[in-house]
Amino acid sequence: MTQWNVILNIAKTHLVTKMKSTVTAALGVTFGIGAYITLVSFMTGLNAMLDDLILNQTPHIHLYNEIQPSEKQPVALYETFEGAFNVVHSVKPKLSQRKIHNALPILNYLKKDPEVKGATPQARAQIFYLSGSIELGGNLIGVDIMEEVRLSNFRDYIVEGSPEDLENLDNGILLGAGLADKMSLSVGDRVQISTVRGDIFPLKIVGFYQSGIAEIDNIQSYANLSTVQRILGEATNYITDINIKLFDLKKALPMSQILEKQFNITATDINTANAQFETGTDIRNLITYAVSITLLIVAGFGIYNILNMLIYEKMNDIAILKATGFSGKDVQLIFMSQAMIIGLVGGLMGLLIGFGLSVFIDRLPFDTEALPTIETFPVNFQLHFYVIGIVFALISTFIAGYLPSNKAKRIDPVRIIRGT
Amino acid sequence: MSPVLETKNINKYFRKPVDFHVLKNISFSVKKGEFASIMGKSGSGKSTLLYILSTMDTDYEGHLFLNSELVTGNSQQTLSKIRNEHIGFVFQFHYLLSEFTVLENVMLPARKLGAKTYQEIEKDAKEKLEMLNIGHLAVKRASRISGGEKQRVAIARALINNPTILMGDEPTGNLDSFNAENVFQIFKKLKEEQGLSLLVVTHDHDFAKRTDRIIEMEDGKIISHGSGTD
Ligand SMILES: Nc1ncnc2c1ncn2[C@@H]1O[C@H](COP(=O)(O)OP(=O)(O)O)[C@@H](O)[C@H]1O
Ligand SMILES: [Mg+2]
Repeated sequence: MTQWNVILNIAKTHLVTKMKSTVTAALGVTFGIGAYITLVSFMTGLNAMLDDLILNQTPHIHLYNEIQPSEKQPVALYETFEGAFNVVHSVKPKLSQRKIHNALPILNYLKKDPEVKGATPQARAQIFYLSGSIELGGNLIGVDIMEEVRLSNFRDYIVEGSPEDLENLDNGILLGAGLADKMSLSVGDRVQISTVRGDIFPLKIVGFYQSGIAEIDNIQSYANLSTVQRILGEATNYITDINIKLFDLKKALPMSQILEKQFNITATDINTANAQFETGTDIRNLITYAVSITLLIVAGFGIYNILNMLIYEKMNDIAILKATGFSGKDVQLIFMSQAMIIGLVGGLMGLLIGFGLSVFIDRLPFDTEALPTIETFPVNFQLHFYVIGIVFALISTFIAGYLPSNKAKRIDPVRIIRGT
Repeated sequence: MSPVLETKNINKYFRKPVDFHVLKNISFSVKKGEFASIMGKSGSGKSTLLYILSTMDTDYEGHLFLNSELVTGNSQQTLSKIRNEHIGFVFQFHYLLSEFTVLENVMLPARKLGAKTYQEIEKDAKEKLEMLNIGHLAVKRASRISGGEKQRVAIARALINNPTILMGDEPTGNLDSFNAENVFQIFKKLKEEQGLSLLVVTHDHDFAKRTDRIIEMEDGKIISHGSGTD
């Protein structure tokens, strides 16, 4: 039977009388865990921010009609040339519409699918922005603005004005921020645009859109879906792209393959489109854990050394305890408890310091043109980091304490008592 | 009357640095309430024997009985428990845990045993200290008291679990004659008033001749069991 009271009492007395060593050992753990919490919070914050930056603007599945040559060239239809080796020069893309055939039924179908969080129609148009005698080439995307806002963080990228302003104004446009700069336009101004066919329309600027990616902000603007359809002179079923958000990102690939077959359409999924992002995330995680584990190993050696020293100093005490009836296991538990107390106290302080540093970083201003929505450094506060942190601390102190305490367990009291 | 402690043909060898037959066919017993002493030249194996009797050393041949039960061959865990409950040990050098108070030192074996509450143990420990006339030292740090006092604290600690037998390895060897006499009187009183069995190794003739029986050792053998009752 283990008398925990007396074992912990002895462990505590050792720790208190060796305050300096105890504090040194605990600080080692504190440092390791503090660094882990800070790093992991900051790194995953960065990950989330970068993922947001690209992935949130990317639909989970993107449906569109690819312009491509026909698989079967007309010559193959001639019975005369059947079986012959036909060479076709100067192959042209098949004449097909950019619009998605049956877009409205597809949309209806998708909206009923329980896996689908939402599907938004878009009509993309090649246009020119007219500013005096200058024509700037670009895109105008017709969107169902309130759906876009619901499904992505579109609202964050509207730096002036609001999505509601666009929704409420038929001839409104959310102008790319880069374009606004180039043409010196501000909210409330009118901008003339011209279609590829040469029709000119005036649109009223209701706000600016800034994605943080200059190539986009310099050419792309948003308007209501119906506005774009009207500009192009198309009917309300003219939809060039459908963006799908799923509840579960992992289903994007299989679902895109099914949709491709089912609707005879091109479907790209987010993972294929952004494979390189995973790599960046993995590397940042790797750095975090490599640094933290290194620090904890150093802390572990500190604990190992201090316990070894303590056991060396306490040889007589150990012999006495054993002579008076404490078992080897009791003695081991005394020293293991010391390691675990150091680990627990050091670890908890590490959590506090890590939290403090995370809060500090979270408040540091981080101003960058590229990221309009970010004002301070990104930090990810997650309970499970703290759980992992304390478990980390306990495991490493357990390992560091095990070897010395095992030595104490096996000390032969007769040798010590005889030695004096 | 059955013996509290008995050995049958105990032999022990040291292998290092050279093969050495340190204890040879040790067979003897201590009766309940007996105050026996062991004498012998330095190096005759007295301490070695006492370590075996106290169950700390298990590397020997032969049989050791405590209260007629075989102790030899038990696991370390069981032996720890036997030591804790049945054997009080007093060393020549007063081993106390220097970071604890006198009272805490005395209480430790009882807290390990865990048979009584903390309060009961505290009361017992104070009684033992009073009995040895050192009640006033209870709250002092063990490192802050004199040698004679330390030895009395060690005796109080050895007695805390009311052991079957108290063993001492030259418990007065390091004390001046006044303190040595004091310790002897304590032992005698324990025997007479509480019927405690004692087995004490000593170099002190004066001490030994006032015990019930002197066991004499030479070169690892018992050469005389003494004039007691055996
Ligand atoms: N660990 C050991 N290894 C080898 N020889 C030892 C060891 N311990 C004691 N001895 C020897 O055993 C003999 C008996 O020692 P000990 O029991 O301490 O004698 P005593 O207590 O009677 O003076 C001595 O000759 C001593 O040198
Ligand atoms: Mg000796």
